[in-house]
Amino acid sequence: MPSRIEPLAITRYSATSALGRGLAEHLDALRAGRSGLRINDFSCAQLDCRIGRVAGVESVALPASLNHWECRNNRLAWLGLQQDGLLDAVARSVAAYGATRVALVLGTSTASISTTEDAYRRLDHGHFPSDLSRPEIHTPHSLAAFVADATGIAGPTLTLSTACSSSAKVFASAERLLRLDLADAALVGGVDTLCDSVLFGFNALELVSKQACRPFDIHRDGISIGEAAAFALLERAAEAPRAPRLVGHGESSDAHHMSTPHPEGRGALAALDAALATAGIAPDAIDYVNLHGTATPRNDEVEARLLTRFPSHTCASSTKGFTGHTLGAAGALEAVFTLLAIEHGVAPPNLGCNEPMQEAAPWLALHPETRDIDIALSNSFGFGGNNACLVFARGGAA
Amino acid sequence: MSDARTVAVTGIGAWLQGAPDWPALRGVLRGERGLDDAAPSKPAAAALPAAERRRAPEGVRLAVEVAAQACAAAACDPATLPCVFASTYGELAITDYVCATLAHAPLELSPTQFHNSVLNAPAGYWTIATGCTAASSAVTAHHRSFAAGLLEALALAHAEHTPVLFACCDVASSGPLATMTRTTLAFGTALVLSPLASNGARVHWSLREGRASTLPPIALALRVVASDNPANAHALALLSALAADAHATLALPLSTGLSLAMEIAP
Repeated sequence: MPSRIEPLAITRYSATSALGRGLAEHLDALRAGRSGLRINDFSCAQLDCRIGRVAGVESVALPASLNHWECRNNRLAWLGLQQDGLLDAVARSVAAYGATRVALVLGTSTASISTTEDAYRRLDHGHFPSDLSRPEIHTPHSLAAFVADATGIAGPTLTLSTACSSSAKVFASAERLLRLDLADAALVGGVDTLCDSVLFGFNALELVSKQACRPFDIHRDGISIGEAAAFALLERAAEAPRAPRLVGHGESSDAHHMSTPHPEGRGALAALDAALATAGIAPDAIDYVNLHGTATPRNDEVEARLLTRFPSHTCASSTKGFTGHTLGAAGALEAVFTLLAIEHGVAPPNLGCNEPMQEAAPWLALHPETRDIDIALSNSFGFGGNNACLVFARGGAA
Repeated sequence: MSDARTVAVTGIGAWLQGAPDWPALRGVLRGERGLDDAAPSKPAAAALPAAERRRAPEGVRLAVEVAAQACAAAACDPATLPCVFASTYGELAITDYVCATLAHAPLELSPTQFHNSVLNAPAGYWTIATGCTAASSAVTAHHRSFAAGLLEALALAHAEHTPVLFACCDVASSGPLATMTRTTLAFGTALVLSPLASNGARVHWSLREGRASTLPPIALALRVVASDNPANAHALALLSALAADAHATLALPLSTGLSLAMEIAP
């Protein structure tokens, strides 16, 4: 088991998703139990499903100096960076520590692939149309390269792309950079936008529900796909004693199958145990668990089994019913939900679940619950059996 | 390099058409031999079960091949080894297939090709084939992918006091996407990095402000693969130093303001 880590302060965080722009709109929706899912109006061909689409991404304009990064994913990233004073906070870190002492670790599963898809729809004699002939946006690093340019961050800059665990793993990667004194602060996060690749890809895998997803419901029949941008700024705890903390992280591999989880949740359990070990806590210290809860029959079955590790006073929910599964952005988005739960004393409800699975029912928060949450956990599991688990705590609590 | 950390390179894997393993590539780097025209045109990837090998795309077979070579050379058990797989572009032929299919017949997209399209497909296939339950990751950073992935692996090794498998692989692009990417050859490298081992070449590394050093000249036979993709050139620069069995220094571009500085000692 890994040893305990020094907690890090999360000095700023924000999210933009189908629920709205910034923390206040997310908190309102969580408290009201209001879903952001709507009928699919995005894919290039008819696909009968619900999606978590961010309103107004189409009309976001990048500053002229950043215009060469123009694409839907970078527009959503830019929209996300505008919220809750993120850009100012990053600028202060860059000024205080120096640009090369601030790291940038972002997660995405498809980056700006929707723009590559667009280029293929508009091929001109086998060549990309001139407005899309920008090599830097047709790579999986497009997002982080854009954010580095937009923020002036010049420290270690990397993209993690492990499907649906991508932007959970960025917290672990950044924590190691700070632990080894390779950086003094890190902007972490994830951005993934709706695109035909994931809508038709998950459809081909028969993992998409026609209805709004129903995590942990006995009738659940698949995911709803969403898009989001979520970010967090990490600094050493002494810099911000009252800020919420990242106190633990665990990562593992299932070693089982490319697109279905290990039936006994072996990898998920290993990630959970590693996360608890790095936090130096036992499962009974956990007040709230933000579940991966994709609403596929298999994921929820396996994840429900994990809940037996927790005492009855721990409450748990999947927030996919609010936003859809935001894939590479899900880890960071759900980290933000977990932080909101801690800072505002509200366990988000497991929206979309009317008839809970018996195995999960004792822990599921079916309605918004007002309660003190000092320590909370967030699960993210991805294709290829790639698992990550994060532990967050109230400032000074752990 | 007073703030430098030290790892040992306990195993090396490499694959390039004409130099299908580290002993062969080492000979080419040292100028002792050329590329072998009779060498296999595809990586063997014997670590994959036959059924998986048939389904696996080229980038996965390449990554599994070099990763297995490095682990065998290091005589370490892949099942417990955390791994970091880097790539500039991921599975380019699949990206081309996915985008072309979506443009014409989106409902005909193959589910297998879709799950093979994720950047962590090599990590997924590798951990499944070797029974590895340790952490696995997939890193990309465009033209700085080699140094970025190497840093992720080094940070993991030093933070967790564990050997780590690092691989960096890219395959040839195809279709219209090739006009944006221009990589023409498959090339992969893998290193087992150990902060604890007493065998293997030593790499003292640190982050340094400012521009990376000019890369040393490369053997003539490798100029095409080195100019194909900056990640290849960066990997070959480190491999050249390791092949030379002599003291060398190197600084590879890591970010807009930093380079990954390394002192290599045999």
